[in-house]
Amino acid sequence: MTEVMERQNTYLAAFERMERELAASGTPAVHRLRKAAIARFVEMGFPGPKDEEWRFTPTAALARIPFDLAPAGEIDLAMEPGAIVCDLAEAMKNHPASVEPHLARYADWRKHPFIALNTAFIRGGAFIYVPPNTNLKAPVVVDFQAGYVGTAFVRHRRCLVVIGDNSRATIVERYSGLPGEIYLTNAVTEIIVGPGAHVDHYKVQREGDKAFHQATMQVQLGRASRFSSHAVTQGGQWVRNEINAVFEGEGGECILNGMYRASGEQVVDNHTFIDHAYPHCASHELYKGILDGKARGVFNGKIYVRQDAQKTDAKQTNQTLLLSDDATINTKPQLEIYADDVKCTHGATVGQLDAESIFYLRSRGIGLAEARSLLTYAFANDIVNRIQVAKVREELESSLLEAHHLPASESGKEEA
Amino acid sequence: MEKKQTMLTIDNLHARVDDKEILRGINLTVKAGEVHAIMGENGSGKSTLAGVLAGRDAYEVTEGEVLFEGKDLLELDPEERAREGIFLAFQYPVEIPGVSNTYFLKAAVNAVRKHRGLPEYDARAFLKLVKEKTKLLHISDELLKRPVNEGFSGGEKKRNEIFQMAVLNPKLAILDETDSGLDIDALKAVADGVNALRSPERAVVVITHYQRLLNYIVPDYVHVLLRGQIVKSGGKELALELEEKGYDWLKDTVAEPQPA
Repeated sequence: MTEVMERQNTYLAAFERMERELAASGTPAVHRLRKAAIARFVEMGFPGPKDEEWRFTPTAALARIPFDLAPAGEIDLAMEPGAIVCDLAEAMKNHPASVEPHLARYADWRKHPFIALNTAFIRGGAFIYVPPNTNLKAPVVVDFQAGYVGTAFVRHRRCLVVIGDNSRATIVERYSGLPGEIYLTNAVTEIIVGPGAHVDHYKVQREGDKAFHQATMQVQLGRASRFSSHAVTQGGQWVRNEINAVFEGEGGECILNGMYRASGEQVVDNHTFIDHAYPHCASHELYKGILDGKARGVFNGKIYVRQDAQKTDAKQTNQTLLLSDDATINTKPQLEIYADDVKCTHGATVGQLDAESIFYLRSRGIGLAEARSLLTYAFANDIVNRIQVAKVREELESSLLEAHHLPASESGKEEA
Repeated sequence: MEKKQTMLTIDNLHARVDDKEILRGINLTVKAGEVHAIMGENGSGKSTLAGVLAGRDAYEVTEGEVLFEGKDLLELDPEERAREGIFLAFQYPVEIPGVSNTYFLKAAVNAVRKHRGLPEYDARAFLKLVKEKTKLLHISDELLKRPVNEGFSGGEKKRNEIFQMAVLNPKLAILDETDSGLDIDALKAVADGVNALRSPERAVVVITHYQRLLNYIVPDYVHVLLRGQIVKSGGKELALELEEKGYDWLKDTVAEPQPA
């Protein structure tokens, strides 16, 4: 206990050491927020084993490492005509009126220690603002690379995405790092989808094999808006993705799809929470996991349908493929329904490759080992296939084929 | 006239699932270029026979022998049988979300070619082959790009089976109740595909409950399977006789299976 306290003090010490530098970034209001957040973090501490939400994803190993604050790095952001795409530090300086009404208003740092810690260190990151009635054709790519070598660093990644009424945008968040490096990524992304807007979000996580990756994505869906998320997790020794989506008006649609592959002693936790606070909203969720070795997976899908949220249509599916006897999954659908005229379904399957499918492939001449590889690839690629950004989809497809020792797909050439 | 090569010889084949004996002494010889229909009621052992020939491991062969071009078929794994030239069109084709029809077929074709000591097809050569066969079977490009059988209608699935057959170019095709669940148009489309693939080098075994399919794929021989044995064989007119009289009149010809 004392040791963990010391670690919290490590972050407090870092905050105090950095405070002048932090305060220089953004308005005094932002800095008051930082101070409140670090105080809140010190109060809460890291989640303990008795915290139900963290029962299968212990933070002990993470809490033991005195992660030092990584130097502020630049992130690679391409300008988009018709939108503001820039570093968050720059946005706090130049566009405070667009930033401050939203920054840290949705991702609840008062309740979540990692969000509090991230909020305390808000400095840089990505700011994406699309004005109303704007169709952003090219995807905005936010590339977070953890390239620094040698020290156990923490990087508090922050994205703020504000999409105006009836606008259309595609966001790609990438996380990568070097093998062997021990580091912590603590990410918070807030996305505000304006009324009638349509946002597709893709997260490609390929952290180094020793990385800790904690991420919260908070999405506010305006009236009749549409949001889709595809999260593909392949890296990290300890990974937790949390997605919270809140309907803030009627007629919204939210799609949360995810795929993760884990082996060795990886821990991958996906927590999703969809708050059906308004009537006539639809949510569809499909998470697929492949676990090998001694990997452990956690899926917790909470769907909260409030009393007024009549005509809610919520569907949740979690499928897990266990490739070894030592791999485990804890899957928990959590439906809380207070409205009476709703359609809510959930289903979870855990198992091995389907024997009939294996036979089907073999009956076409494909050998047993390749049939297994192909079906495992297919299981994962079912999610990747849904990605609408061709470059991201093709890159993931190729990496999956390679990981399964399968020949490259030449769909591009075939179509040519 | 050139003498037809014997392709498949089934000799006194017995097979069971768990403790239940389903095939109880099947004898059948199929020569290159021939089309054989195997008819029977549900539970007569039709699909078991197809499964045993293709290597489905749910069945245990307890007696008898199957030779395919002189080789002991039962010794081979399912993929080896396919590479030797056996093709089973499934009664219930499997859906494989996440893999396109094209990718899947290319993997299959190249596995077969590798086995035969032929160079693997590159994208261009494979595309050429596929284009040729899609025309033959009226398969759309869109269907090729879609994941294997996912969301296909019953007719599309069965047409896709015949399309795979066309691309894999087997010596012996076994069609397991390919007509089940098809409306007349889909049935005709499938039959047209099969007829287009008839050749003096290829044999086809059509397994069906109903005579209807045989109006379109006209067999050289018809065999009636009953309680795990072939109880009657004849020409195509036998199918019509079965259509008219049903299967009951044949039931006295074969004993009830004895409990094991």
